[in-house]
Amino acid sequence: MTVYKYNQPLPSEITSKSDYLNRRSFMAGAAGLGLSPLIGMAAAHAALKTSKSPYSTDEKTTALEHVTSYNNFYEFGTAKSDPAKYAGSLTTRPWTIDVGGMVNKPGTLDIETLLTKFPLEERIYRFRCVEAWSMVIPWVGIPLASVLKQFDAQGSAKYVAFETLQRPEEMPGQKGIFSSLPWPYVEGLRMDEALHPLTILAVGLYGDILPNQNGAPVRLVVPWKYGFKSIKSIVSMKLTEQEPPTSWNKAGPNEYGFYSNVNPEVSHPRWSQASERIIGGGIFAARKETQFLNGYADEVGSLYEGMDLRKNY
Amino acid sequence: MAQSKVWTRLPSWLIYPVGMIPAVYLFYAAFTNQLGADPLDALENELGEWALKFLVLGLLFTPLLKIGRVNLVKYRRAIGLVAFAYVFLHLAVYVALDRQFGWWEIWGDIVKRPYITIGMAAFILLLPLAITSNNASIKQLGTAAWRNLHKLAYPAVLFGALHYVLLKKTWEPEPLVYLAIILVLLGWRFLQFKRAVKNA
Repeated sequence: MTVYKYNQPLPSEITSKSDYLNRRSFMAGAAGLGLSPLIGMAAAHAALKTSKSPYSTDEKTTALEHVTSYNNFYEFGTAKSDPAKYAGSLTTRPWTIDVGGMVNKPGTLDIETLLTKFPLEERIYRFRCVEAWSMVIPWVGIPLASVLKQFDAQGSAKYVAFETLQRPEEMPGQKGIFSSLPWPYVEGLRMDEALHPLTILAVGLYGDILPNQNGAPVRLVVPWKYGFKSIKSIVSMKLTEQEPPTSWNKAGPNEYGFYSNVNPEVSHPRWSQASERIIGGGIFAARKETQFLNGYADEVGSLYEGMDLRKNY
Repeated sequence: MAQSKVWTRLPSWLIYPVGMIPAVYLFYAAFTNQLGADPLDALENELGEWALKFLVLGLLFTPLLKIGRVNLVKYRRAIGLVAFAYVFLHLAVYVALDRQFGWWEIWGDIVKRPYITIGMAAFILLLPLAITSNNASIKQLGTAAWRNLHKLAYPAVLFGALHYVLLKKTWEPEPLVYLAIILVLLGWRFLQFKRAVKNA
């Protein structure tokens, strides 16, 4: 007997019935208005179904073109333009995250599960890089807390350790004698930071799946910390009792601390953190004064009560 | 040989308009928002890199004459002044557009951030050289004193390369290549100097 083999569509690729019907009515409406050239655009932006979040800011978002062309993703090179140039080679399917360490139900998390079994939220967050520039980015994501819940954390777990993919054949920045950082890239959060509702695993950007140069298929977003804490292309999450090592802290312990909270009062050896350049503003745009905890002090300030943030930078 | 004669017959003032073409392009692209997501950063960095390129060019005339027997020394003043123009524009962009005349922040940068301290030192070392790059100054100072003064170019260029190496967050190949080339060019001069002392 002949067995026919065919490629199964991934769950995230299957159009839901409501979308299908919506598209039909939209097409009919658009045709009536003579808007057919716009249909392609609208379809591209309807790739992920999201709900709005009270945690979103109403500030003007940075253009998609800038969010996807100006990236620090040293796995693909140290220039801001390198990730957009070279990340196309990254294979993001199949993709799983190993979840282990101090959990009662260790296991793996498939990207398809993340995209289809969890409610996706749009989170428009301020994004502040340690290099004193900033963007406003409409992420699509899932609170990390609701993902971790599935794995049943043990009471003694105090930290989450994250790891990025290490695949030199697809990540040119991980090859060669001038390898900029020790690989794989690692990051960490304290348990209460990881479980805070502002902390998300992002799977999308501007309503669509995450472009490779932004950390596809899944990355962390912690909006009150400098950007390098928001680790990209995650393959492992482990709960630990000890503070996990973090890549930039290992590379320059006097420059980058474990916490790396946005803080205009704590100057970095390379950059004054008092103000920031807004990406997309052009060369004459006024600098913006940097806010404590990137403007999220009301939400997360209590996590650091009684801590000396100059010491714990 | 014939080719080198053509090169030596060109008027040296041509260096100025040709040398400033990248600057004109960069400012035009920056004003018309064609330098990507962070045009200010691109403008600042590119001007600095062109400054380094012209400073390295300035160090090539002596070895070219002594090793290659090609005399292009008549272009050196123009190359040096173009280099200084780029250093000045680089600094001007930092002060006016990047720091937006925040003098207190600029002072903080100079005092606290080694790469800015070194960059500023390079600028200060180059300043008297740019001011005295004319025949009247050579006459006034006397040739020997003028030559000695212009040896400040050596530490200035070295500081310029260090400024570039240190501003990067990790060890990056491009600034290290500049530093290596400059170390070779300065090392060669040092060996020449030692030999001259020994023979004297």
